[in-house]
Amino acid sequence: MKRSNAPLVWSLFGAGGMLAALVGPALVFVTGIAVPAGILMSPDLMGYQRMAGFAHAWPGKIIILAVIVLFLWHAALRIFHMLHDFGIHAGTGAKLVCFGLPLLCTIAAAYWLLAL
Amino acid sequence: MSTQTDKRRPYVRSVDGWWKRDPYYMRYMAMEATSVLVAAYAVILLVGLARLSQGEAAYNGWLEALKSGPSIALHAVILVVFLYHLWSWFKVMPKTMPMIFVDGKKLPPETITYTGVTLAVVVNVIVLIILV
Repeated sequence: MKRSNAPLVWSLFGAGGMLAALVGPALVFVTGIAVPAGILMSPDLMGYQRMAGFAHAWPGKIIILAVIVLFLWHAALRIFHMLHDFGIHAGTGAKLVCFGLPLLCTIAAAYWLLAL
Repeated sequence: MSTQTDKRRPYVRSVDGWWKRDPYYMRYMAMEATSVLVAAYAVILLVGLARLSQGEAAYNGWLEALKSGPSIALHAVILVVFLYHLWSWFKVMPKTMPMIFVDGKKLPPETITYTGVTLAVVVNVIVLIILV
C-alpha cells in the first residue's frame, strides 16, 4: 500500500492553527502595529541587534521557524481545500502550488536561520 | 464551469457561489478565507527573516516598510482576521477533536469552545506581557 502523506500535512495544519490562535493576535499586534507605530512598545524591541541576537540562539531559531513554517502549512491546506470549494479541480498543478510553495519557504526559512 | 461539448448535454449543477446561499456556509468560507491573510503574515515575517540574514541595512529597510501607513492598515486587518481565526478555531474544535466524556456524559461543545478561547486569550496576553 502506498504511504499517505495526509497525516503529516494534517498535523502541520493542526499545529499551525493552534499556534495561530494561541500567539497569532499578540504577534501581529506587536510586529505589525505596536512596534512600527510606537504604541505601548519601544521600537528597540525589534531592533537589528536584538533580533539578530534572538535568531542567533537555538531557542530563537526554533521559535521563528515554528511561527513562519506552521502558519504557512496551516494556510496551505485551507487554501488547497478552498480551491475545491470554488469549483477548481484540485489536480497536480494545484498540489504543486499549494504544497510546493510552503515547502520552498520552509527550506528558505531554515537556510536563512542557519546563516544567522 | 467547463463548457459542455457532450452530445448528451447532461445537466451539471453549477457550484458557483454555493456558499452565499446560507449564513452557515458563509461562516465556513469566512473561516477558510482567514488562511489567506495568515499566509500573508507568514510571508511578511519570512521577508523580515531574509532581510535580517542580509545584515543591518537590509533589515532596517524592512522595519521602515512596516512603519508605512498601508502596512499598519494591513496589519490591523490581519489582526482582525487572526482574532476571527482564534474564535472559529475553537468554535469547530468540538467537531474536530475526539469526544470527551465526563461522568458518562459527553462534554458539551460550548465548554470545549469557551475553554479553548479562554486559554488562547490568556496565552496571547502572556505573550504581550513578556514583550512589553
